[in-house]
Amino acid sequence: MRSMNLRLFLVGGLLVAAGLALVVSGFASSSPDGLERVAEDKGFLETARDHVFADGPLADYAVKGVGNERLSTGLSGLIGVLITFGAGLALFALIRGRRSGPGGAGGDGDAKPTRAP
Amino acid sequence: MHIPDGFINAPTSLAAGAVAAGGVGVSLRRAAQTLQERQAPLAGLVAAYIFAVQMLNFPVAAGTSGHLLGGVLAAVLVGPWAGCVCVAVVLVVQSLVFADGGLTALGLNITNMAVVGVFGGWAIFLLLRRVLPATRTSVVVASGVAAGISVVLAASAFVVEYAVGGTGGVPVGTVAAAMVGVHSLIGIGEGIITALTVGVVLGVRPDLVHGAEHLKAPLTLRTSPEPEPAAGR
Repeated sequence: MRSMNLRLFLVGGLLVAAGLALVVSGFASSSPDGLERVAEDKGFLETARDHVFADGPLADYAVKGVGNERLSTGLSGLIGVLITFGAGLALFALIRGRRSGPGGAGGDGDAKPTRAP
Repeated sequence: MHIPDGFINAPTSLAAGAVAAGGVGVSLRRAAQTLQERQAPLAGLVAAYIFAVQMLNFPVAAGTSGHLLGGVLAAVLVGPWAGCVCVAVVLVVQSLVFADGGLTALGLNITNMAVVGVFGGWAIFLLLRRVLPATRTSVVVASGVAAGISVVLAASAFVVEYAVGGTGGVPVGTVAAAMVGVHSLIGIGEGIITALTVGVVLGVRPDLVHGAEHLKAPLTLRTSPEPEPAAGR
């Protein structure tokens, strides 16, 4: 029951993140952020160099080839949410797996109350 | 607050890279030791959520916007060690895939947002938690206030880096005043978003909030499943 609820929470959380990135991102402010504004006002913005991957398929939160700006931003956001979730999940599973080692292959999915008192 | 390539010279960027690698390295090790099984997917979700909300720039002043950094949010939800890793994952993906935040500035950005923002903010959160009554409301308030201050801390870290290796030749005092000023405003948004998110998670699954672990009744073993409160969504 409990692990089921956790799954529900995770799915719900992912849907919220995906919705924000896909839909709400299109309505975000396009003004320069704090650092960019300071750099512009104080005159060191021109020291910035172009990003090495400035021509990448998802550079600047836009999907190359998608004309509609909001859709392009939203799709890139959705892809980013999936990438960060996947990368985070893989990384944390990796470091946790290393801890249990070859002998301690626990984790049968049954959430046991392992919390220290 | 993502620093592009070129703002800060190579030696300073390299030094920040060492700080970032050390901070994330220690965090990975500590997270591996402390993270519980059910928290691993949660940490992935926290990274994804921070990525999403970082896209949502909100206006703070005429022609200026800000967005969530997420350091305190991550630390309060999954603990500072895993939290540091979460924010670092977001910054790496943003730089490599979305060309946001310079490649040579990755160490600077991780230092500012994943190390200073997470651990500085977490320290303030702990301090506030100690002086406030042990309630859920206190956790929400402490999260929000600490999050707001963490943005100013991260902005200050940039000022230090600019003082050491800024290439633009602008007086440090000028940069400091402007950075702290605008990021105090952005901090208000950071605080609101952080408090709202922590509040929602506390309402739905309080057991998943690392920063609220002190509220758990000691030595209580539940043998029947808790009735699930209807999550209004």
